[in-house]
Amino acid sequence: MATQRFDNPDSIIARKAGVAPGEQAEKGLITLPGEADREIEDLAGGTYLTSKLDTLVGWARGNSLWPLPFGTACCAIEFMSMVSSHYDISRFGAEVVRFSPRQADLMIVAGTVVDKMAPVMKKIYDQMPEPKYVIAMGACAASGGFYRMYHVVQGIDEVIPVDIWVPGCPPTPEGLMYGILKLKEKIERGEIRR
Amino acid sequence: MSTLTRYSAIPYTGPAPTNREPFVPVDAPKMDARGADLAGRLRVEQERGQDLPTLVVEKERIVEVLGALKHDLRFTLPLDLWAVDYPKREKRFDVMYQLYSLDNNERVRLKVPVDEDEAVESSTTVYKGFDWFEREVYDMYGVRFDGHPNLRRILTHEAFQGHALRKDYDPAQRWLCTEKDVAQLIPKVDPRFENLDTDFERVTLNLGPSHPATHGTMRIVVTLDGEKIIGADQEIGYLHRCFEKSCETHTYQQAIPFTDRLNYMSAIINNVGYCMAVEKLLALEVPTRAHYVRLVLSEFMRIADHLVCIGTNLVDMGALTNFWYLFQPREEIYGLIEACCGARLLPSYTRIGGLAVDVPPDFLEKAQRLVNMLPKYIDDVEKLVDRNKIFLDRVIGVAPISPEDAIDFGFTGPCLRACGVPFDVRKATPYLGYETYDWDVPIAEGGDTHARYLVRMEEMRQSLRILQQAIHRGLPPGPVMVDNPYVALPPKEKVYNEMESLIYHFKLIMHGIQPPVGETYFPVEGGNGELGFYIVSDGTKNPYRVRCRPPCFAIYQAYGRMITGQTIPDAIAALGSLNIIAGELDR
Repeated sequence: MATQRFDNPDSIIARKAGVAPGEQAEKGLITLPGEADREIEDLAGGTYLTSKLDTLVGWARGNSLWPLPFGTACCAIEFMSMVSSHYDISRFGAEVVRFSPRQADLMIVAGTVVDKMAPVMKKIYDQMPEPKYVIAMGACAASGGFYRMYHVVQGIDEVIPVDIWVPGCPPTPEGLMYGILKLKEKIERGEIRR
Repeated sequence: MSTLTRYSAIPYTGPAPTNREPFVPVDAPKMDARGADLAGRLRVEQERGQDLPTLVVEKERIVEVLGALKHDLRFTLPLDLWAVDYPKREKRFDVMYQLYSLDNNERVRLKVPVDEDEAVESSTTVYKGFDWFEREVYDMYGVRFDGHPNLRRILTHEAFQGHALRKDYDPAQRWLCTEKDVAQLIPKVDPRFENLDTDFERVTLNLGPSHPATHGTMRIVVTLDGEKIIGADQEIGYLHRCFEKSCETHTYQQAIPFTDRLNYMSAIINNVGYCMAVEKLLALEVPTRAHYVRLVLSEFMRIADHLVCIGTNLVDMGALTNFWYLFQPREEIYGLIEACCGARLLPSYTRIGGLAVDVPPDFLEKAQRLVNMLPKYIDDVEKLVDRNKIFLDRVIGVAPISPEDAIDFGFTGPCLRACGVPFDVRKATPYLGYETYDWDVPIAEGGDTHARYLVRMEEMRQSLRILQQAIHRGLPPGPVMVDNPYVALPPKEKVYNEMESLIYHFKLIMHGIQPPVGETYFPVEGGNGELGFYIVSDGTKNPYRVRCRPPCFAIYQAYGRMITGQTIPDAIAALGSLNIIAGELDR
């Protein structure tokens, strides 16, 4: 729980033990929601931030995902819905869609990947700089969906590692958004799959 | 199974099960007469009892017969070429051709029986449009075509072994494709530009299969001389999801979700086409209410299809605002479909025999709201774009195709109408009662990107006209599903309370719909052309063969020719205007 994590021996600020930041702690002590070990302290009139570097970097990364839509089929249309005006993914900081893998850090595999496409997908994934994340959008990307057939990859994890699976055929734009938010949480927690 | 029948001693007094007699279409006598006439003129055999005039041609004579049909009898539009595998026959494959005559509004089907080790003479000399179709038959069945300029695999990858649509091919047998198996394409330089004398070095540039402007998975390789494209080649198959084989391993009803994912922009039109083909085979009378809803949703889907096409095409040319403008009404259309059946993009709403569920009580109000709202969005985009110098410079005269070429390549739909040819399946062979509505087929002259844009814009308005009339007529009362226990599941309260209904339910779930033995073809006007389903039934619960006539496939094979002599930005603008949907292109 938050109160146990709070007594952080690494922290340079002395404060009351057992009190969650932001509740009854010292004046000026603010904690961003969801993060017990990230604090902004008011010292000498200025604002200090004491945190682990990983947490700070994770927070920044999670809030500015640049997706590469590897759209092959129907799911790509729902991806387009998600970025366009009605659903508007820019509310969550992931609207900078990059078609060059060298500028992206999140690959959204939207749609069926067939055997002919698999080497292409692998190559594009390899071209992305670290750290990179993959969302498998839809049933086909997750498991081949109902295409258990001679030319369909039975789940893209045959070829590349996957962070988040979004179910649905196709997932609704809300579903994909939820997947992106889940990935954001995962990144902010500092879980990076190498 | 034998032990089960021993205990199933339930007396069975319901109506007769699905007719076990072979399928005979209603218009068979008329078609037979026309077929006899054609067969007499061309001195070939005829197959009777079909829904189209059907000629059986020996493989040696096919090019001669096709030539006569094209030049003397004006069957100028090559619609489809496919094959069916009958392993037990003496000659294993039937290679089938379907032609259409724009002058006489009639179709003809040709069958060429071929054995495994035999080759057919290539018909690319007669119809340019059969180029890719022959490659597909070669890929899927291994039938060789003598004299074909480029007979190699088209849908499956280079490392693929065997021929997937043969009946003895294991449906789940995959072959590993690695980077070295990716086809190396070097486009042939167009003869017009062979002796081009410029200072530029010739460069070969690869676009796709993952490229923002391809809207899907197509690959284009171009040879450039400076900025000018002097040779282009296309590679497809990056989304070959085995639709036709999947249908063979599923029941008729189970195949409906696969049809959604062909042209996923206008999924309901695919559902309607497939279901109506099976209904034709079953000789089913579908309730008028179901027909009405199918028509209304088909037209909304056509509008959604065109909205996406124009929106993304304009994005490719840098006009992002239109994308937001056009995607908003599309979401509203999906709202209507969601209200009907709960799904958005790929609803699988129709069933063989009607619809899955009835429409909501406020269906017409919702539809009316959409019809009132849509013109504003279309007008807004028109205001932004129609007199915009940048837009006009980028589309007028870009990637044109002449009407003759378009017909010869098998174009249908908006792309053909943009060449000034007024062919629309809804007018040519009306279905769903399109003939009772007052609407026009928009055509444009020039066949360039601008003409295609204009045709699509006007088609949306015509669809709105149909919809407004339909809403005025009102929703017909009655059920949305046929009252036939061999096709439709009985209502749940009956299943729980009546023995007979329980049995029907069980039979339908376990044995599926079993149409009579026969074959049929049913075309509908899809978002981008004639979408036809050819179905062969062998009397069992699984279709023996489902062939989808994909409009994109015919259109996309002309793309390389259309962009030769243009620049790369023109090629991008042209590709968007053709509205190639990879799901339908590769199936």
